[in-house]
Amino acid sequence: MSAHETATDFRLIDSTLRDGSHAVSHRFSAEEVRRVVAGLDAAGVPVIEVTHGDGMGGSSFNYGFSHTPETDLLKVAVETATQATIAVLFVPGIGVKDDLRQAADLGVGMARVATHCTEADIAEQHIALTKELGMEAIGFLMMAHMILPEALAEQARKMASYGADVVYVTDSAGAMTVDDFKRRVAAVKGAVDVGVGVHAHNNLSLAVANSLGALEEGATNVDGCATGLGAGAGNCSTEILVATSDKLGLRTGVDTFAMMDAAEECVRPLRPEMGVIDRDGLMLGYAGVYGSFLLHARKAAQRYGVQTRDILVELGRRGMVGGQEDMIIDVALALRDGRVEA
Amino acid sequence: MTTHPSDHEDLMTLRCAIVGSGNIGTDLLSKLLRSPVLEPTAMVGIDPVSEGLARARDAGLDASPDGPDWLFDRADEFDLVFEATSAGVHRANAPRYQAAGLQVIDLTPARLGPLVVPPVNGEDHLDAPNVNLITCGGQATTPMVHAVSRVVAVPYAEIVSSVSSVSAGPGTRQNIDEFTRTTSAALVEVGGARHGKAIMVLNPADPPILMRNTVFCALPEGYDEAAVAASILAMEAQVQSYVPGYRLTAEPVFETEVYGTPGGVVPARVVILLEVEGAGDYFPPYAGNLDIMTAAAVGVGEAVATARTQRTPA
Repeated sequence: MSAHETATDFRLIDSTLRDGSHAVSHRFSAEEVRRVVAGLDAAGVPVIEVTHGDGMGGSSFNYGFSHTPETDLLKVAVETATQATIAVLFVPGIGVKDDLRQAADLGVGMARVATHCTEADIAEQHIALTKELGMEAIGFLMMAHMILPEALAEQARKMASYGADVVYVTDSAGAMTVDDFKRRVAAVKGAVDVGVGVHAHNNLSLAVANSLGALEEGATNVDGCATGLGAGAGNCSTEILVATSDKLGLRTGVDTFAMMDAAEECVRPLRPEMGVIDRDGLMLGYAGVYGSFLLHARKAAQRYGVQTRDILVELGRRGMVGGQEDMIIDVALALRDGRVEA
Repeated sequence: MTTHPSDHEDLMTLRCAIVGSGNIGTDLLSKLLRSPVLEPTAMVGIDPVSEGLARARDAGLDASPDGPDWLFDRADEFDLVFEATSAGVHRANAPRYQAAGLQVIDLTPARLGPLVVPPVNGEDHLDAPNVNLITCGGQATTPMVHAVSRVVAVPYAEIVSSVSSVSAGPGTRQNIDEFTRTTSAALVEVGGARHGKAIMVLNPADPPILMRNTVFCALPEGYDEAAVAASILAMEAQVQSYVPGYRLTAEPVFETEVYGTPGGVVPARVVILLEVEGAGDYFPPYAGNLDIMTAAAVGVGEAVATARTQRTPA
C-alpha cells in the first residue's frame, strides 16, 4: 500500500466534471475544466473524473452533443492535475475500445466501466482492456436499486472476476434509503475481495447519509461532486462529504476549507441553483428513474405540451434503463396523443 | 426481394448449413424450414446439449456439436452457409469457407463481406462469396436512414437500439463493440448518411421489452418535411413485407434546434421511433431483434437461390 492509501479511511473520487456534465447539458469548456481540476487538485482530491456525462463517445443526439471534444478536455485535465489521477467513464454500447486506448494515451489513469446492474458480462472485454492498457479498472453497476442485494453481489463478483480493482454500487436514480444502500454494500463487500465503492444521488436528500452508511459497511471508495453538480437533483456533494467526514474523524486526505473554496468558487458559478431538490428531482428518486433523464424530459415536456412528471412516471413504469433517453420522446408523444394515461 | 410462390417450382433448392446453435441460429432454423427454396440440412454447434441442436435433430437435420470442422469434412454437401456465431468465430471460419468454395451469409457483425439490407441493396451482392447482415439494429434502422437520404442529404445519422436482456445471448454480449462499429458503418455505406453513430442498450425489464430502435437524422436547411415523412412511411411498408411486426410507434417528428453534429451544424432533426415485434418463431414476440435478422437472412438466401437459378442453364 502506498503512503497515500494508508493515510486515508477511504478514497474520494470527484465526478463534478463527469456526472456534472449532465447538469450543464455537456457544455463544459476547456477553461472551466482547467479551473475546476486546479481547485480540486489543490484541495487534495485524489481522483478526478472527466468525461461526457454518458461516458466516452457520449456526445450524440440522444444524450446531447459536447461543447468541446472530450479528448481536448482530458488533455487539459491531465495537464492541470499535479497530484490527482484523471479518470474516465466508459459505457459499453456507447463508447468503443478505441476510446479507452485514446484515454490511456492521453495519460488517464483510471477507467470506470459502467453497465446496468444486471448486465455486468458486457464489460468483460473492456475491463480486461483497461488493465492491459495499464489503467486502474473500476466496475460500475448502475441503477443498483433495481435488483436485490444478493443479485447485485453476483454481478459484482463477475466484474471482479474480469479484473476490476474496485466494484461500485451506483444509485443512478437516487432512489435508495440508507438501509437499502447499506444492505447492497454489505452484500457486495461479502462477495468480492476487491474494493467496494459507492455513488449516490440526492433525489431523496440522502446522498451524504447513504455514503456515510456505506462507509460503515466497509466501502473503500466514495464518489462526490462539488456542489452536488450532477444528474437529477445532483450527487453526494464532495465538500459536504469532506466536512462531515472531518467531523467524524474519517480521514479523506482532502483539505476541508480548500474543498469548500473549490466548490464555491470554481463550481458554484456553473449552476448556481444546484442543490435544490425540486418536484421533478424528487420524482426521480421516488419513482426510481435514471437521473440524467431529467433535463431531456423537461425539454420534451415543453416541446410537446405535456408534464415532465408524467414523462418520468411512465419511463419508470416501462422499466427504462440508463441510455434509453430516446424513449423520452416516445413517451412524450404517447402522452400528447393520449396513447398512455397521464 | 422475396420470390413469388408461383416461381418456386422452377427455382433451384439450396442445401443450407447453419453454423451456430444459439438464439439466432435456432430462430433462423424455424424460418428456413418454411422456405420453399432453402432447405436446411445441417446445424453445427459446440454445445452438445444446446436446445438449438436438439430442435435441429427433431426437424430431421444433421446436428453436430463438433463445430465447423464437421462441416468442412463434407463441404460439398452444402450450397449455402449461414453463420450465426460471433464476429471472432466468423473471422476464424471465413477463410475456410472460401477455400471450400462455400458461399456464406454472415449474421455476425464481423463485416468481412459487403453490408446488405434487403430493402436497400438486397439484390446487389448475390454473387459475393461472403455477405454481411450487419446487426439487428442495423437491419432495423439502415432502411430508415436510406429513406431519408434518398430525398435529402443526411450529414449525420444516429441510432439507438434497445433489446431485452434475455434475447441477447453470449455471442451478442461479446460483440458490443462490433455491434456499434458495424452498425455505424452501415448507416454511412448503405444508409447514405455522411457520418454515423450507433448506440446499443440492453434492458432487463420483466416482462421483456419489445425491440426498440430510434433513428435520428440531421436535416440541412431547406429540407422538405412532407417528402421526408412520405419516404419514411413508404419504407415502413417495405420492411413490413418481410418483417410484419416492424412499425413506427408515432408519425416521424421534426425537431428544430441548432445541433452541432459530427456532420456539421444543422437546424433540425427527424426522429423516427420504431418497434419490432417478432414472429415468435423461437423466442417470444418481444425478441424482434432476432426476427429482423433471420428474416433478412432468409430474404437474402432466397434471392441467392433465384440468382443461381438464373445463372444455371435449364
